[in-house]
Amino acid sequence: MSSEASLRSTYTAAPVHRFNVGDKVAVKHANPPGHRRTPYYIRGRQGVIERICGAYPNPEELAYGFDGKPEKVLYRVRFLQTQVWPGYAGPANDIIEMEIFEHWLEPASQRGAPAR
Amino acid sequence: MNKTTHDYYARSHHDHDHAHDHDHGIDDEHAPVNEHDNGPPGDYEIMSRAMQELLEQKGVITAAQVARRMELFDEEFPFRGAQVVARAWVDPAFKQRLLADGRAACAEMGTMLEAERLIAVENTPDVHNVIVCTLCSCYPRALLGMPPTWYKSRNYRSRVVFEPRAVLKEFGTELPDSVTVRVHDSNADMRYLVVPMRPKGTQGWSEEQLAQILSRDTLVGVTVPRVSA
Repeated sequence: MSSEASLRSTYTAAPVHRFNVGDKVAVKHANPPGHRRTPYYIRGRQGVIERICGAYPNPEELAYGFDGKPEKVLYRVRFLQTQVWPGYAGPANDIIEMEIFEHWLEPASQRGAPAR
Repeated sequence: MNKTTHDYYARSHHDHDHAHDHDHGIDDEHAPVNEHDNGPPGDYEIMSRAMQELLEQKGVITAAQVARRMELFDEEFPFRGAQVVARAWVDPAFKQRLLADGRAACAEMGTMLEAERLIAVENTPDVHNVIVCTLCSCYPRALLGMPPTWYKSRNYRSRVVFEPRAVLKEFGTELPDSVTVRVHDSNADMRYLVVPMRPKGTQGWSEEQLAQILSRDTLVGVTVPRVSA
């Protein structure tokens, strides 16, 4: 994975963003009603920012016919499979990555030990 | 690239030649055994089927029209990913641009992805990538055409995130533990394309020849390109 540092997407990053590549983050453990693009299985889990995708219209607003403004910063977050699934059968270095909007993330240090 | 480690993709059984498998409109024979969801159809599926049946009974539409409409979708979004990856295999500078900014690289080849933001991820001797959308069926349609049935199935979407190696094995792709399996949940605004490793035995091949072994499934990451013996 070492060569990836030079291969970051050139998509324009949001000028104001709370997290940077490499930051340890935790996905909020919340179950608000409505349309959410944060999969249930990743809520409460800790990962690392893999890249900043840019700012995009908020899908939680778009889903109900609003304009999605203000846009939200979207990150790709990398998780260790063994920290996502308690019974993960594969090797410890397997990973899963997905896109998480900024308002679903908080610094990992605020949460202490990984959830579960 | 360390070519000596490529053999980990070799299968001990059920070897199959994918060289001419460009018939991506038909469900792949290598899909997981339980490809079709076993559970009862959801409310929207029942509503959709009932609506279609009613419209057919009333003579508003015909089954042939529905089939034709689905064909038009396929024609609107042809399978163009193979050409892009074949170019990346023969042109290292293009590959770097593809990995840095997928949409811009595709535009160079005249393939406009419009609104799709494309992230290309490269398989290496150390990492194997596979794509899924657990929330629905997000898929790089502008590049790969319409997604296959198995990609949309609950079986694939729910299992490949927590037992990717078992699912890959059902597609005939067995990976040693030394290779990191990197699953990408395509859950928001990005779309993904796997750039497979170029197999041995393809030295001197033209882009057109290389594109022939780049089936849709290899670009989703459930299989890897093979050269027929």
